[in-house]
Amino acid sequence: MSKTVKLRKGLDIKLVGEADKLKVDAPMPASVALKPTDFHGLVPKMVAKQGDKVKIGSVIFYDKYNEAIKFVSPVSGVVEEVVRGAKRKILEVRITPDAQEDAVKHEPKDPASLSGEEVKAAMLENGLWPFLKQRPLDIVADPNVEPKAIFVSAFDSHPLAPDYDYIVHGQDQFFQNGLNALAKLTSGKVHLTLNGNVPADATFQNAKNVQINKIFGKHPAGNVGTQIHFIDPIDKGQFVFTVNPQDVVAIGKFFAEGQYDPTRIVALTGSEVKNRKYYRTIVGASVTGIVNDNLESENVRVISGNALTGEKIDRNGYLGFYDAQITVLPEGDQYKFFLTKGWLGPGFDKFSSHMLFPTWLMKNKKYRLDTNMNGEERGFVVTGEMEKVMPLDILPMQLIKAVMTKDIDAMELLGIYEVAPEDFALCEYVCTSKIDIQEKIREGLDLIKEECM
Amino acid sequence: MKALEKIIHNLDPKFEKGGKWEKMYPLYETLSTFLFTPKHVTKKGAHIRDGVDLKRTMFMVVLALIPCLLFGIYNTGHWHYEIQSYVNPALEGYRDYLTGFGDKVIYGLIKVLPLVIVSYAAGLAVEFVFGFIKGHGLHEGFLVSGMLIPLTMPADVPLWMVAIATIFAVVIGKEVFGGTGMNILNVALTARAFLYFAYPTAMSGDKVWKSGTDDMLVQAGNVMPDGASGATALGDLASFVGDSPVVAGKVMSSSDDLVAAFESAYDPIHAFIGMIPGSVGETSTLAALLGGAILIFTGVASWRIILSFFAGGMLFGLLMNGVGANAYMDLPGYYHLIIGGFAFGAVFMATDPVTAAQTSWGKIWYGLLGGALTVLIRVLNPAYPEGIMLAILFMNVMAPLIDHYVVQTNIKRRQKRFKTA
Repeated sequence: MSKTVKLRKGLDIKLVGEADKLKVDAPMPASVALKPTDFHGLVPKMVAKQGDKVKIGSVIFYDKYNEAIKFVSPVSGVVEEVVRGAKRKILEVRITPDAQEDAVKHEPKDPASLSGEEVKAAMLENGLWPFLKQRPLDIVADPNVEPKAIFVSAFDSHPLAPDYDYIVHGQDQFFQNGLNALAKLTSGKVHLTLNGNVPADATFQNAKNVQINKIFGKHPAGNVGTQIHFIDPIDKGQFVFTVNPQDVVAIGKFFAEGQYDPTRIVALTGSEVKNRKYYRTIVGASVTGIVNDNLESENVRVISGNALTGEKIDRNGYLGFYDAQITVLPEGDQYKFFLTKGWLGPGFDKFSSHMLFPTWLMKNKKYRLDTNMNGEERGFVVTGEMEKVMPLDILPMQLIKAVMTKDIDAMELLGIYEVAPEDFALCEYVCTSKIDIQEKIREGLDLIKEECM
Repeated sequence: MKALEKIIHNLDPKFEKGGKWEKMYPLYETLSTFLFTPKHVTKKGAHIRDGVDLKRTMFMVVLALIPCLLFGIYNTGHWHYEIQSYVNPALEGYRDYLTGFGDKVIYGLIKVLPLVIVSYAAGLAVEFVFGFIKGHGLHEGFLVSGMLIPLTMPADVPLWMVAIATIFAVVIGKEVFGGTGMNILNVALTARAFLYFAYPTAMSGDKVWKSGTDDMLVQAGNVMPDGASGATALGDLASFVGDSPVVAGKVMSSSDDLVAAFESAYDPIHAFIGMIPGSVGETSTLAALLGGAILIFTGVASWRIILSFFAGGMLFGLLMNGVGANAYMDLPGYYHLIIGGFAFGAVFMATDPVTAAQTSWGKIWYGLLGGALTVLIRVLNPAYPEGIMLAILFMNVMAPLIDHYVVQTNIKRRQKRFKTA
């Protein structure tokens, strides 16, 4: 039984700078980092110390409140530095890779022949578990809960998103192996949702042991939250796990080869990059090697992830744990004269979902958008704009206001359990009052975690 | 522009915290952000943002009000000369709508521009006082209110009244709730309602709608000359339910065919175009619809509210026709949409997103009920010849209740998914 979903609402933001379909090997990064900040709410307990030699798959730290969840090194090398921030919070664990590729080795196993507990134990022990995220809360999955389903979105619909059909092409076996492992973790179904607008790669189409669904429409069609909402929604007290397709391959590879596979294919995108390609690199790799000497201009913002939900990183920063994309955008820290580029300008250079800009005339134009707020923060005034880009049957404005007023009852009733901040990225984009909505939703989820979970 | 940018932003440090003119920061911020969209960049969440901001949105509303303003200026001039012509035979030709175009425009400008200036001056002054208290620049909401207020006033209203009403509306109607985006009642209508109840003689009756009626009456010896009338269409209609109905200055005996007399005095086409006396900007349905078209196309105002408001008025008008207990009820339903401030209110007042219902279905109910209530007040409550102001203010208060039921429906629908699954 497969489901087909058609979205009427949404918004595709067309940016300049899609990556060319060309896979190249990135140079071995001079440094890699495991960033506890990639895992919201995680309090890491260090295992490795500065100066320790580690292998691929050696445990670096574990979750202080859930000791079973281990986070492992993606390379063999030496722990160079533990970077701490305010209140000694651990921000990054930097590891300098050596030339050897020593790995923690295990017997290859067929996940189909293992029990659920065995799969879970292997994933927890070997740093694969953090690839699973849970809804509600959008955090690393809690191994003590039973998910009613596991969702894998076979595509990403964010601006300039990497093409997973291209990335996983040829990895059929590992992908299938990964799905078989996931299937052991739930008594329900594993859902694989394909983009209805284009034919999917054979890896996805021929996947077994899953329910294959199709979704049609604009962004956020590719968001796993959208897919869950329409295919198997989450009620209070229920849990759903989600995984990125590339991480499914990594899970499959682990069981097939007996060692942690840190390689990732990452799309380098954005208007400010010269050579936009798919780079084969490593989870947590320093982006210096592929970003430096590859920029169109100097005043840029490097983002690990996409332009809507990614994390701002330094030019010598590190790729995020879940990211398969680096976006480089022009920084917008310039004043804009109101009649030319500012608020009253003709606006040919601004992409807007509102009909106040000539954007609607140029349906296929791609934009070079910068990081300017394009206005100042205000109280909510305009209504109805978020509803246009929110395909879920959730009242965005009302939910956000419930979060702002810390009204837990209302948050629950209005659907906080179903959403992640990324589901509100478009609402944030279109907001006339320039309110940081994803941050608000995260605050709401934190409150729920504290009070109700 | 680079030079200007340099000059302005070299001043930045002086206005920042600890700077020499720190206290003037709100004023400086307002001016500098008007000239230059600030260089603020995104910090959290989405790295790119839509080009739209509140300045552009509000500017579009002001733009959409221009047809009403221009028509209002001319219409003010016309009715001034029309009423003067009853004591000054030289002006008789001016009773034709287009004769004396230049004179009428000039007179209209002399009457209307001061209203606009006073409204903006008083309102912005209050906004800045609150801006100084709270340490932020001007929030754009008042840019629209400041234009709406003069357009809802009779042209002869004393300027000090406009100032007081504006100050009252901005302080009590908006700032005490927290400023732009936080108010419960529409600011411009709060100003109008304040004057309506505090100074009813300046806001109602049959001596205020044509500018200069008082002067004319003095010359005519305090009797309305034959054929002259200072009443609005709605004023006449309100008299239909009394003992001595009046149509366009002619007292009729109740048995006359009042509706036919009314229709010939207020030709529907003329009423639609706005060639009738009334508040400055409200008379022209055509101009309001022009503004409405701009607002609907740009998505600034909700088409749901505008369409359902008209539908609500029309339906209730038809319902009244069906009852038909008096001459007023027999008035064809569509008349309600083209006389008085119905269109102006539906397009510019009811659609204020802060005070209207916020959910999509809520907007439809809000509009339907608002339109119906307007006609209900007009027809069934002769104490208030014009119903739209009170109807919208009442619906402003009711909007959260409407939204509450829409939200409950959403919650129930969402919960049902889990029961059937």
